[in-house]
Amino acid sequence: MSALWEILLAASFWAAAIRIASPLIFATMGELICERAGVLNLGIEGIMVMGAFTGWFAVYLGLPLWLGVAVAFGSGMAFGLLHGILTVPFGLSQHVVGLGITLLATATASFTYRLALPEVTSPPRIEPFQPWPIPGLSQIPFFGEALFSQTPLTYAAFVTAALVAWVLMRTPLGLAIRATGENPAAAAAQGLSVTGLRLGAVVVGSGLMAVGGAFLTLSAFSSFFFDMVNGRGWICIALVVFGAWRPGKAVLGALLFAAFDALQVRLQQTPLGAVLPYQLFLALPYLLSILALVLMSRRAEVPQALMSPYNKGER
Amino acid sequence: MSPTEVLRLDRISKRFGALLANDDLSLALRAGEVVALLGENGAGKTTLMNVLFGQYVADGGTITAFGQPLPPGNPRAALAAGIGMVHQHFTLADHLTVLENILLGTRSLWSPSLDLGAARVRVVQLADQFGLAVDPGARVGSLSVGERQRVEILKALYRDARILILDEPTAVLTPQEADALFATLRKMVADGLSIIFISHKLHEVMAIADRCLVLRHGKMVGDVATAATSPDALAAMMVGGEVHRPKVAAGVAGPALMRLEAVTTPDREGAPGLKAASLSLHAGQITGIAGVSGNGQAALSDILSGLAAPASGRLMLGEAPAPARWTPAGALSAGVGRIPEDRHKTGTIADFTLTENAVLETHARAPFSRKGWMDWRAAADHASAIIAKYDVRCPGPEARIRLLSGGNMQKLILGRVLEAAPGVILANQPVRGLDIGAIAYVHGQLLAARDRGAAVLLISEDLDEVMQLSDVIHVMSEGRLTPPLPRGAATMAELGLWMAGEGFDHAA
Amino acid sequence: MRLEPIANPSALRRFGLPALALIATVIAASLLALIAGANPFATLGLILEGAAGSRFALLETLNRATPLIFTGLAVAVAFRAKLWNIGAEAQLYAGAIVTVVFGVTSWGVAWLQLPVVAAIAVAAGALVLLGPVILKTRFGVDEVVTTLLLNFVMLLFVSYLVEGPMKDPAGMGWPKSVPVAKDLRLPRLIEGLRLHWGFGLALIAAVLVWLIETRTVLGYRMRAVGQNPQAARFAGIPVNRVLVQTALISGGLAALAGFSEVAGLKGHLSRDLSPGFGYTGIIVAMLALLNPLGVILSALFVAGVFVGADSMSRAAGVPTYIADILLALSLLFMVLAISLTHRRVVWR
Repeated sequence: MSALWEILLAASFWAAAIRIASPLIFATMGELICERAGVLNLGIEGIMVMGAFTGWFAVYLGLPLWLGVAVAFGSGMAFGLLHGILTVPFGLSQHVVGLGITLLATATASFTYRLALPEVTSPPRIEPFQPWPIPGLSQIPFFGEALFSQTPLTYAAFVTAALVAWVLMRTPLGLAIRATGENPAAAAAQGLSVTGLRLGAVVVGSGLMAVGGAFLTLSAFSSFFFDMVNGRGWICIALVVFGAWRPGKAVLGALLFAAFDALQVRLQQTPLGAVLPYQLFLALPYLLSILALVLMSRRAEVPQALMSPYNKGER
Repeated sequence: MSPTEVLRLDRISKRFGALLANDDLSLALRAGEVVALLGENGAGKTTLMNVLFGQYVADGGTITAFGQPLPPGNPRAALAAGIGMVHQHFTLADHLTVLENILLGTRSLWSPSLDLGAARVRVVQLADQFGLAVDPGARVGSLSVGERQRVEILKALYRDARILILDEPTAVLTPQEADALFATLRKMVADGLSIIFISHKLHEVMAIADRCLVLRHGKMVGDVATAATSPDALAAMMVGGEVHRPKVAAGVAGPALMRLEAVTTPDREGAPGLKAASLSLHAGQITGIAGVSGNGQAALSDILSGLAAPASGRLMLGEAPAPARWTPAGALSAGVGRIPEDRHKTGTIADFTLTENAVLETHARAPFSRKGWMDWRAAADHASAIIAKYDVRCPGPEARIRLLSGGNMQKLILGRVLEAAPGVILANQPVRGLDIGAIAYVHGQLLAARDRGAAVLLISEDLDEVMQLSDVIHVMSEGRLTPPLPRGAATMAELGLWMAGEGFDHAA
Repeated sequence: MRLEPIANPSALRRFGLPALALIATVIAASLLALIAGANPFATLGLILEGAAGSRFALLETLNRATPLIFTGLAVAVAFRAKLWNIGAEAQLYAGAIVTVVFGVTSWGVAWLQLPVVAAIAVAAGALVLLGPVILKTRFGVDEVVTTLLLNFVMLLFVSYLVEGPMKDPAGMGWPKSVPVAKDLRLPRLIEGLRLHWGFGLALIAAVLVWLIETRTVLGYRMRAVGQNPQAARFAGIPVNRVLVQTALISGGLAALAGFSEVAGLKGHLSRDLSPGFGYTGIIVAMLALLNPLGVILSALFVAGVFVGADSMSRAAGVPTYIADILLALSLLFMVLAISLTHRRVVWR
């Protein structure tokens, strides 16, 4: 028990939790935008892989880090556009297209990586984002280290979440997106383009998913591995449900989840880790996500038009 | 174009596959005028208005609003031109607030703020001016049907609509609510707005419209001033000849085959459940349920279908109580035939063939299956028999049912139900959306089943239909049922009062 | 743009569009080869040759197709009832695990042990899918995410087993399980050919699934529930029970892939037993338009692309991942083509 307290009271633990939450926040916001517009985007896992690869590759080729982030965002938008075209105007099954996009994006990233670097055995490294302590705030005891000594991309994750929340809940654009996900006929009757709004939401949302992936290579690890996304995309889908489709709650969910993830890593170093197999600790995040889904499934207000395509003039 | 003319539709045609829904239609609307667009179901009224509002693109013809041509297929342009539409099926988002629904699409998408405060002031002011009381902060999902309609009208007014189209606005209202709506409309007309009022109810049209346009089979067959015509003349124009409502002979009541004894069910999704509802369905009688939709009819239908069991009270089959685990399969084996309200979503499976749909309820029994194996030949024979006997027009039993018209789909359902020789028949809105021929056919079959000794429960929002067919009427309001009223015991006005919920307190 | 339904699509539409999807995939393959600096025609030729150019290649393709038929069937059955089972990977490993557990020691009666172990494997796979389905029917939890997440949990469990309790002491440190007994090795389908009985079992399974779907009450109900659960429920079909029955069949089929890989090919359990057969099963099922007999053909096609790309890669230097790209593309092209056979695009 005292070991647990020791972990929880360390600023480094909370710093790690926030670091782990950052890519999830980007991708969860991306998925949330898509779902609020009525489109389930199961391409998320593959688009994160794509973003992790393109962001890293751009920097590897010599571009500055922030341009790497932009390249990742662009690659996510490209796959989002493909997803959007197939699911929105063509109204194809969002399940099948999403899984197809995940397979396609993952394969494309692997193909390009092997093509560009046929010989390498150990993945090449780049110089990732460095921690960027916020002057003044980072000096505060405990909180300074936990919150304000992160890399710029982490700060960007929280700024992005705030921006998404503001746009969705406080602006005409956000209202239009939400209406499209609730009742597309209502949006169309008010002269809004359901196709345009949904396409836009999927494209931008997918861009954010890719930035979430790029966080892994540009801020967390500095190299690209094939399996590095490792189900994070699926976890983000669970986080959207857990957050009841609200940006603020989803961020809280991501932080909570990340805290458990950070905890399991540290618990492996404790006497508990000597007794229990490490795989059990690694499985915790996935089991936790399932539990979150069960707990929240009945309470949340699902966007009413989620997964139902809209075809103008159908009768 | 005369100086006061605000809208002109010129030679509009619209085709859906083989159906010519609008055939060379023209109409003009003047400022401050209420024009009624009359016609039977399927005459092309709604199609014409959807063309006007840009939701369908016409195959031919032009639209001019306030002297400017209106681009086709563009609701945004119609809204900008000052045209507002209140659809029959409301276009509201339930999870959003009234204010959010009204504001939707009124501001540039790139504007940084919704400015809810100013919008709320304006909505409240409009609501006061036109008598449309509704709480701007309430979520639409929690509103009554009448309130939702007010939100729809406010949406149009908020956008400064000068022309308002109302598609069957009273179908969901009690007679008294409809009167309140008419008062609002009169205020709007006094304010200089023009109104197109779509309906098939003649007495309403006579009460509110200045001019009546009559559609039949997609063609304009009449354009008369209301003052210069009569309900009979309009009805004749609508159906193309003299109307005759066949006098229905009374049924001979037998024993009660099914009884609800003070049955209560929980409310769900904004729709009321049953509130201590009692009802006896007798052999050889049609029992009609009159009432505005959304007053517990769904709950009553669910009980009869086996989709829900009473939370309290008893459901009796003959003299024995229904099994505690009351399911659709149980209802079927207890001899309840069910014609559901929505034939597309509940009654049939669109991509299944007629054969597969014909055995939907009976597939688990011989001769259609044995020991878990389907006998498709027997099923196809059964479907063919229904097709022949009930005059289902279709390419054949192996055609997908989605290709059929509503009337033929309903005939297949009717055949599926009646061929099982049910003792009790639930007919929930059995003729909604059907053409006149199909309506007469369905009514005839229900009467024939009654005369063979079936107990029929007819749920309909069309008071005329209920009064014409029923041997006994119950009025439904907010989940409550009146005591049985024998044929001819109540006038339409009295039923209307019950429908508005009057008089229940001392009755219940 | 919008879509208008076509009542009776012409034969040209029904066959032309899927053919077009296939052609588009081939064009994409050529472009990828060009990007990789190889001759597109040579690359395609090498893939074809590697997949079916020799007896060895053909047998390799058939062997690779075997687990894909099982997972393809598992997905096809589930998707037919609109049960989104994306967890065939986990169910496959469940089948593999119990195959090793009950197959390490010989019972001395091979003719009995093989079918019994296969049955246990089926039960294990069914059990793995039962969880998410009960969460779906009881709590309304979306099964897509739960089945996906369980894949990761299962892989960690396998990793624990092969590094811990089931580790092969003679494995020279490699994380793999102890081998199954000789009795539990599936015999060759035809004497002298390197093709085991798993393939035969897969063909039988496909025919059985086809019979269930087209001829039985359960199959009819599965389709009804998938097309319109509301109408199915109204008609007295026990929707939740049908979903559970579907899940048992689907999970069991996926588990047979694991059984067949262990008993027919590998002889032991390891973390790389399945290179994503569960996920590829989705492609197999969709390319077959969920038709169980079509699954056989599409599994052969998909296996051919993988095997062919492997051998092409060695010769032409185009990364093997070209196969994954092509299959994902063919999936997307095919769903689009099928959707457009019933609907036409109308501009304005």
